[in-house]
Order: sequence, then structure tokens, then C-alpha cells
Amino acid sequence: MSEPRLVEVRRNVLKQNDVIARSLREQFRAAGVFVVSLVSSPGSGKTMFLERTLTQLQPHYRVAALVGDLATENDAIRLARSRAPVKQITTGTLCHLEAAMVQNALADWNLHELDFLFIENVGNLVCPSSYDLGENMRLVLMSVTEGEDKPLKYPTIFNSADVAIVTKNELSAAVEFDWDAARASIQSVRPGMQIFRLSAKTGEGMEEYLSFLARQLTEQRAPAHS
Amino acid sequence: MHELSIAMGIVDAALEEAGRRRARVSAVHLRLGALSGVVKDALLFSYEVACQDTPLEGSRLIVEDIPVVVYCLPCCQERALKSLQSFRCPECGTPTMDVRRGKELEVFALEIEDGAEMNEARGAEQESEVQKLEVPK
Repeated sequence: MSEPRLVEVRRNVLKQNDVIARSLREQFRAAGVFVVSLVSSPGSGKTMFLERTLTQLQPHYRVAALVGDLATENDAIRLARSRAPVKQITTGTLCHLEAAMVQNALADWNLHELDFLFIENVGNLVCPSSYDLGENMRLVLMSVTEGEDKPLKYPTIFNSADVAIVTKNELSAAVEFDWDAARASIQSVRPGMQIFRLSAKTGEGMEEYLSFLARQLTEQRAPAHS
Repeated sequence: MHELSIAMGIVDAALEEAGRRRARVSAVHLRLGALSGVVKDALLFSYEVACQDTPLEGSRLIVEDIPVVVYCLPCCQERALKSLQSFRCPECGTPTMDVRRGKELEVFALEIEDGAEMNEARGAEQESEVQKLEVPK
């Protein structure tokens, strides 16, 4: 037998996920729904932030959410208090959501009846960065209690996100949060990133972020420029 | 730790390509970008697990690390980043998000054993042989 030889194959390992994500993005566009995904560490306040988001958008927009969780349905139960349609994706041992899970979860939903769809990923700042879910916008959350240098510790996920949300601002003083240092860390790993600083508990800063979302929806639905 | 599912994806892709050529694979060459979100050591460990009880058992995974390369507008040049903590041109310091390389997660090439390859499989595929890469012994 001769020496082994090398043949070029060039196969994207995540191709299957990317193909589904592209198809989802196309469906979202056709239905006119703006899709926002949320990533963060466990405990950064994603669920409370999402609950507040759904509750405040609800009177003006048709909103719904998908939530990824390893084992429990607690988050979906909490979010159901907002009265928005909420569906749980229990990932079992899987540490992230994949496009196929989103596709399955949406199978019996009519996307044309929605303005905003939120997808809460599993609490994890590492694995979700590799998987496109077809979302229009990825939000990365960090709470003031996590430290100003969180973006420097997880540059890949911050770099992959479009917008940063700094949560639990009501605790800023107690933890002596250095806002300038946090902003510098975010800008260092993701130059030009839009940042919102808010408190989902008190509602401070929510209005600015919600008007930003509303503008995104309007822009998405505006006829494309020729 | 999502490296096991990534490793299974690599094994699936390699098996499909090998099956098409009816060849035996001795090594898989992977291009792994620094921004792919995949940890190399965890992937190498997971690869062995993913290969078990498949025709790839005993094959090697050879990882080529791809640095993040950005385009710097003022310099009109592609530049490799020195660190993921700073998306700035290493020469002039201008911040940039124009990422040209570094997100790769790609099975780039397979080392296959010629003797195991069926003749009819050749030519049917328009495969390009990689001449410039040396086959590690």
C-alpha cells in the first residue's frame, strides 16, 4: 500500500446548522417578525429582563418567547406571567440552542401573528457563540455584579453579539461598578457596540432600550432601498 | 462544553467524504479559527470519543489554528490580531470589526490511503489534491 495522500474536501462543520439558520432568517423576514436572541452567564438576570421586556412591549406589540433551559421549566412559568406566548426548549445535557431546535419549537406557531420573537439561550457564555439561530439581533447581557472585565474573559461571545445590555444597575453602587471600565472592555472586544445600562427590577433604562427595539422593527419592515 | 457535538459533526463530514471516495481515512485536517468558539484541547479529546466504533477509529485529528485577521481601513491592509481582547489594528491602533479570517470550523482535507480507494471513485469527483501540504509521518 502506498503512502497516504491528502485530498482537499473543505467542509464547514456547522453547515447543517447554518443552512437551517438561513432558512429561519428568511422565514422571519417574510413574516415581518423581528427576532432577538439573548445570551449571558447563568444568573445575570436574563429571565427577569425578558419578563420585563415582554410585559412592557405587550400593550403595543404582539410578542412571544422561546426559552432554552437545561432541565427545568421554571423560566417558562415565570415568563408566562407576562401573558405572552412562551415555549420552553429543554435541552437536556446540551449547553446551547441550535437552529434545528428553534425550527422544531416554532413548527406550530404562525410567525405572521408576531411582531417580536425573543429567544433566550441557555445560560452560558461559551458554547452559544458558535451557533447561528437565524436571529436578527443577538443581545449579550452582563450584570454589574459580574465585574467590569467580563467581556475580556469571554471575547468570542461578546464579539459575536450585536448589542450589550448591562443589567442589575440598581446594584451598581453596592458593588462599586466602574462604568467606564466596563464600557472600555466591551468596546475593546467589539468596537462600536451599542450598550444599554438598565435595571429590569426598577425599570430604569428600559424605555430607551425598548424604543431602540421598536426602531429596529420599523427599519426591518421598511421597503428595501433600491 | 459543546466540543463533543462538534467532534461528531467532524466525524460525520469525514465519513461522508470518505464513503464517496470509498477510501480509508488516516487523518482529518481541521481549520480552527480563534473566533470559532471551540476549545482545541477539548475537541481533540472529544474526537477520540466520537470516532469510537466508526471507520475513523484510530485516525488522527490535525488542527491548524487560524488567527483572527482583520482589515484595517487606514492601513489598507489585513492584519492578524495579537489578542482577542483587543479588536484594534496592531500597527496603527484603529478599532475594527472587519473580520476577514478566524471564524473557520472547517474539515479542510483528509489523509486517505490510496490502496483502499476504488479506481472508479477517482475522476468521478473533481477533487483537488493538496500538493503543498506535507503529509505528516
